[in-house]
Amino acid sequence: MATNNFLYYLTFRPEAMAAFFGMTQPQTLIDKLWAAHEIVRRQDGESLLWVDRHYVHEGSFHAFSRLTERGAMVAEPNLTFAVADHYVPTRAPRTNIGNPEIARMVRQVEENTARHHIKLFGLDDPRQGIVHVVGPEQGLTLPGLLIVCGDSHTSTHGALGAYAFGIGASEVAHVLMTQTIWQRKPKRMRITIDGRATPGVAAKDIVLAIIAKIGADGATGYAIEFAGIAIRALSIEGRLTLCNMSIEAGARCGTIAPDATTFDYVKGRPFAPKGPAFDQAVEAWSRLNSDNGADFDHEVRLDASEIMPIVTWGTSPQHALPIEASVPDPARELDPARANDLRDALSYMGLRPGTKLTNIAIDRVFIGSCTNARIEDLRAAAAVLVGRVSKVPGLVSPGSSAVKRQAEQEGLDRVFRDAGLEWGESGCSMCVGINGDIVAPGERCASTTNRNFGGRQGPGARTHLMSPAMVAAAAVTGHLADVRPLLVGRKL
Amino acid sequence: MDKFLRLTAAACPLDVTNLNTDQLLPARYLKWPRAAGLGKVLLQDLRFDPDGRARAEFPLNRPFWREARIIVGGRNFGCGSSREAAVYALYDYGIRCVIAPSFGDIFSGNAVQNGLLTAIAADEVVAAIIATLGERPELPLTVDLEQQTILCGDRSYNFTIDPVSRLRLLNGWDDMALTESFRDRILAFKLDDQSRRPWARPGTTG
Repeated sequence: MATNNFLYYLTFRPEAMAAFFGMTQPQTLIDKLWAAHEIVRRQDGESLLWVDRHYVHEGSFHAFSRLTERGAMVAEPNLTFAVADHYVPTRAPRTNIGNPEIARMVRQVEENTARHHIKLFGLDDPRQGIVHVVGPEQGLTLPGLLIVCGDSHTSTHGALGAYAFGIGASEVAHVLMTQTIWQRKPKRMRITIDGRATPGVAAKDIVLAIIAKIGADGATGYAIEFAGIAIRALSIEGRLTLCNMSIEAGARCGTIAPDATTFDYVKGRPFAPKGPAFDQAVEAWSRLNSDNGADFDHEVRLDASEIMPIVTWGTSPQHALPIEASVPDPARELDPARANDLRDALSYMGLRPGTKLTNIAIDRVFIGSCTNARIEDLRAAAAVLVGRVSKVPGLVSPGSSAVKRQAEQEGLDRVFRDAGLEWGESGCSMCVGINGDIVAPGERCASTTNRNFGGRQGPGARTHLMSPAMVAAAAVTGHLADVRPLLVGRKL
Repeated sequence: MDKFLRLTAAACPLDVTNLNTDQLLPARYLKWPRAAGLGKVLLQDLRFDPDGRARAEFPLNRPFWREARIIVGGRNFGCGSSREAAVYALYDYGIRCVIAPSFGDIFSGNAVQNGLLTAIAADEVVAAIIATLGERPELPLTVDLEQQTILCGDRSYNFTIDPVSRLRLLNGWDDMALTESFRDRILAFKLDDQSRRPWARPGTTG
């Protein structure tokens, strides 16, 4: 029986077989992360993977109902962490929530997590915030982990060298009950960003440039590894922004090999390993990179020095152009499907072909979301806003309650308020509009978020995506604008 | 979960690139339990104007496509948010199959969990089917999952689908039963992993 099991193990794990016979092939980071979590691979190619961290939120209620129907309990409550973020008010009182439906959603996550002994960072917890900000901030997200959450932007956590992806409610239920998930190994894409980004160009501009180049489905079926000196130069905040939007290129996940920047970031965080355990972890994490000669299924290269500040003009993140450009003309598009897509987008956005992007006036701004509401993002926006006034109303929603406290210590809240913007609480807020904070129909919003889909920020809302500094530039000029002239003589 | 073998039904073209899950089911309906009837609000902001009147020109509102059980869509159908309720909305409306050149990754995973077939057909096949439906809107399509074919009038086209998803749909399989059969392996992995990667468990001082 033991022999049978052993043979079975080898048959279903080709890497194990290769290692046993001393044939080691160069591996990519993605291969290494995958292999470390593979419990079994069936002959049809599906693998059962171990999940190290499972993040849940108010929207996970469908999955908890599934457990109740089956009379099942959560298999690993100590590896499951919950936050209240998607539905929570960000500009209205958070105790005695006025909207009964929102109040019910928050109460539901409290009840579900209490019943299953899951730690919840709820509204009364100082650690509350957007799940993809809180995970890294609390040291729950670590290099080498496999992380899932019922939210497509779970790809964010790959910034620390984790394998992290969003899942649906049925899969959330499966992970709750088994701490595992069935997956087919994706193809591997490496996106290398050479060169050095110029001042005023942020991680958001880099990722929008990538999506503009490869398309909103350019990475469908792939896991992405981001590499190159421009990626190495990014802070963890910047890397989180980059990996966050991997999903907007269709990728299952995006990841970056952990390095000294990563280890410095993780060290000392509440749930991270401490003392000798941390040193041991760093030793293991240092091996999480792609071997020389490792094979990728697809390679993409960009030069950061050629990337300009970027904004989106349409209804897909791939509708992204440098701020100096003009709105495209469908009449000049040869492919009929693409021409149709451009026409639909222009019609929804209320724009004429050929309009200079800098001539597009805006009605409001939003600084927030799991993409761009970390402390570095707020500092970048504040650096543009200090001593200036916003020509339009707007909301700033910090990525977490901890980010909010830090921003207040640094006086950033004063900068935003003095500029005429509203300083709110932390949550998903106007990025997805579930909590009622929406952009009015027909209004045009310059936003640090991740999706410019029709109706995303509210029915009829028109969203232009850009970096926090570019949103600040739009605020002070009242139209889409290049932030670079506004940075002259300013401390960054 | 219901099995999917073969379906002959009216098919509605939705020739939109990147039709995302925010459009399939707007965020304000995510609070609804499924029993509230998510099919009613499928594609709400495209099907209805802000006053709740049906937009006559929207394909799913045309008399011959109102009862469609198949949607023929554009590239990257179902991209965006992971909300599985977008699949519930399609399914509860009556849609059992979406044919498109490509799908959002999480969406197609959610679809197979709920018995909704996502059939991947080449760009030119989708264009040809949409053109045919433009001329003969009432023409039913026959989608055969066993053969992986779409019968459209006198033309037969092939489609692709992940082979495991195909088996799941054909058999109406549920992941949980399958995973249960690996319970010992999971436990063995967990114990082995704790010594292999002791740092992977969260610290308790947080």
